[in-house]
Amino acid sequence: MGNDSGILVRVPSQSKYLLFVCVMAVAQVLSGTPGLVQAPANSGLSAPQTTPGTTQQVSPAPSQPLAEPPPSPQKTLAVVVLDPAHGGADPGARGSSGIAESDVVLSFARLVRISLEAQGFRVILTRQANDDPSFDDRSKTANAQRGNIFITLHVASTGQPGTVRVYSMPRMALPDSGATSPHGSLLPWDRAQFNFIDQSRRLAEMIQIQMAQRFHGSSETPFEAPARQLRTVGAPAVAIEVSSVSVPSRAPLDQMGPGLADGVARAVAAFKIIYESGGK
Amino acid sequence: MSKGLKTTIMILSAMVIVGLIALPGLRQALQRLQKPAKTEEQSRREVMEEPISTPTDVKVQAQMYWLSPSTPNSLEPTPIQLPLSADPVERSKQLLNALILRAPSPEVHTLPAQASLLAFYLQPDGTAIADFSDEFSSGMPSGILSEQLAEQSIAQTLGANVSGIKQLKILVHGQEAETLAGHLDLYGFFPVSGLASVAPTASAPAPPSAR
Repeated sequence: MGNDSGILVRVPSQSKYLLFVCVMAVAQVLSGTPGLVQAPANSGLSAPQTTPGTTQQVSPAPSQPLAEPPPSPQKTLAVVVLDPAHGGADPGARGSSGIAESDVVLSFARLVRISLEAQGFRVILTRQANDDPSFDDRSKTANAQRGNIFITLHVASTGQPGTVRVYSMPRMALPDSGATSPHGSLLPWDRAQFNFIDQSRRLAEMIQIQMAQRFHGSSETPFEAPARQLRTVGAPAVAIEVSSVSVPSRAPLDQMGPGLADGVARAVAAFKIIYESGGK
Repeated sequence: MSKGLKTTIMILSAMVIVGLIALPGLRQALQRLQKPAKTEEQSRREVMEEPISTPTDVKVQAQMYWLSPSTPNSLEPTPIQLPLSADPVERSKQLLNALILRAPSPEVHTLPAQASLLAFYLQPDGTAIADFSDEFSSGMPSGILSEQLAEQSIAQTLGANVSGIKQLKILVHGQEAETLAGHLDLYGFFPVSGLASVAPTASAPAPPSAR
């Protein structure tokens, strides 16, 4: 199963970093569990033995006795982070009839949220209105949670209208030595997804099957694509792309919303059983 | 008729004759002024679109990966006669320019027709770096599916026609871009299947998920 030994956090400024370290230190003292921080290269706050910009483990103060780590808690999947893509100045795909991807996915996200909450999940949206958080800000929302999955929602410019494709991240060649960090199980922010590829693939399979049952012409097997949003999420993560904005009006897309929401909720509920049992 | 009136009529007649003689020239001058000046991008494209030819060019049947007209959302190798250089860098440039400009119909285009290849490099380890103009991103239909098909048409066309390329890095206007058009991650390298693993006569469409 994936790496759940810590949370990856990118801290944009020195002051936030200081605040975060303090919070993490208190949390560690209270819980006895280590936290993971990826220090910004210019923070100047790295421990002397570490290289600025590298991942480091925050340890308890030396005077504190090292507590025996508590038995790892049972893995639970309680939170779903939903990401309506684009927004604000970025409408995403635009149809000739004026349909904007950013509007449609926000409607989809609201419907999926209702269905997931009915299944007992806590749902967090990366945006609630017509704004456009960065890829990293959206990932930050997901990476701040424990026991969560991440689903990013899209509408394509192309593809057979009325069909749905579900993507997970492939194992992609990276610019430097590899996908894993020199710090054991810790993962750098920019490749946080790489320990979750198998789980993400499993989640994609389960959602894609639900989509194939509801939307004629949809594949029964999921797809792999290096979607930017997925790479920095340290949790099982998939992208769902509905086709397409090329339809003459929004009505056909809106009609897909309830089926999409129900299918996603059922698939996530089924995935929860596998996730919590430790299977793949 | 008074002398003054006659003089006036003669002057007016002379002016009309002069006007008629000058009219075609004025019309041409006006048309020249109405024609917008060539933009820098248009001038650059005219230069770039000149077919690249090298002394080692040999006309061969190249396999170009455009959209399949029969199987939606997949690529299909289309054979075309193309003069290709023996030099892998020049050969790659010729292929990518043809991929942009020589699609048999607009429906099978994978790359925006207004895009152009600015530079191409091939490193000794088999890493190819293709640098495209801004139109490569701005003219691309947004979506995971369309962006992935664009990337795969480049990788598969290079893999099928140029030996020694193992992976591909895509730049936009000389810079590393975060995404191609809002979705596809350009952070890493895309795998390129070599000549040996790509059957030139294969007719089966390549699914976008096959990597």
